[in-house]
Amino acid sequence: MSTTTTASPNEAKLWEGGKSPFNSEYGKVMMWYFLMSDAFTFGAFLISYGTVRFSTNGWPNSNEVFKSFPFAPEGVNAPLVFVSIMTFILIISSVTMVLAVHAGKNMDKQGVVRNMILTIIGGIAFLSCQAWEWNHLFHEGAWWGANPFLNADGTASSTNFTNFFFTITGFHGFHVFSGVVINIIMLIMTLLDKFEQRGHYLMIEKAGLYWHFVDLVWVFVFTIFYLL
Amino acid sequence: MSHSHTDQEAHNAEAMAEIKKVTIILSVFTIIELILGFWMISLTSEGLILAIKGTIVILMMAKAFYIVAYFMHLKHEVKNLIMTIVVPLSLFVWFIGAFLWDGSSFRNLRNKYNPYFKEQATIKVEKKEHGAAKHEAADAKHEAPAAKHETIGTSHEAAKPEVEPYY
Repeated sequence: MSTTTTASPNEAKLWEGGKSPFNSEYGKVMMWYFLMSDAFTFGAFLISYGTVRFSTNGWPNSNEVFKSFPFAPEGVNAPLVFVSIMTFILIISSVTMVLAVHAGKNMDKQGVVRNMILTIIGGIAFLSCQAWEWNHLFHEGAWWGANPFLNADGTASSTNFTNFFFTITGFHGFHVFSGVVINIIMLIMTLLDKFEQRGHYLMIEKAGLYWHFVDLVWVFVFTIFYLL
Repeated sequence: MSHSHTDQEAHNAEAMAEIKKVTIILSVFTIIELILGFWMISLTSEGLILAIKGTIVILMMAKAFYIVAYFMHLKHEVKNLIMTIVVPLSLFVWFIGAFLWDGSSFRNLRNKYNPYFKEQATIKVEKKEHGAAKHEAADAKHEAPAAKHETIGTSHEAAKPEVEPYY
């Protein structure tokens, strides 16, 4: 049941029945299709952000908007620092998720449990960072329909910037949240020996696909909102 | 498991080496992105900034490739499965190109035919203070919606931050 088998040499006969053309489990293929639809949802959000930004003369400078840091004195100027920590948290939690999937393939229950716990901690840490940032921006007067920031050139800015920021990071944060919930369920199922009884850890692989997708979306959100 | 014991071990070592490699690549790309981002803060040359932004987008796509190919394991799947996922996603090429083009065309049209829209991009406003000022501004907005329309009519009064810009 190795999932790493490459395509068979007589590929032409793949579709003649008796074989699994995708050489993959049903649930995993369906998870991929779900993630594709989710990719189009996020893509629509981010592209509409780009369209609106391209149709406007001025736009706030992200280095001025996202320059604060928890516990730092008021008025600190540390652009990109906090968000880079958030990014690394998500990358590292993605790595521990890969390690959990890898341990699952080897039927190594201890490895799965350890790495799932680390992934869940990473997810919760990311959500905490986002909660702090949202709270901070809210207290600066930013929210849906309210934008206290000026455009980079000093002209008045519309609420498009904050509307898109809170909608897209909120939708992504909701994905992180559901990913953490899924990972907790997977951890409980592992601890209850559900996968040992089934003889495989394919569920961990599917949860892993979802978690990596959340990381993938953050790569785009992070770049588009904080760097460009 | 059809593999023999040593086969399995070799395969494991290979997989772990791949995970390590991809982790390092993702971290390095992110660090390069951040360095470029910090560098960009101090720059004023439009052309150079655009070039850096292009580089950041390329790094972003590379990171996305490594996550999908190795962490999500797509590269090791059967070609049929890869194609059924990657081919529909190529719609994004049209999606991004068409909509960004549309956005910038709309901006040009508005600058050409909407003098108010163009004027807004030239009026500098004062930065609002934290906290109290913002709530005052919000209150003023709720109390006097009629007054707001008047200020929009008399163009230069519109420079106050309380007036919502036209979009």
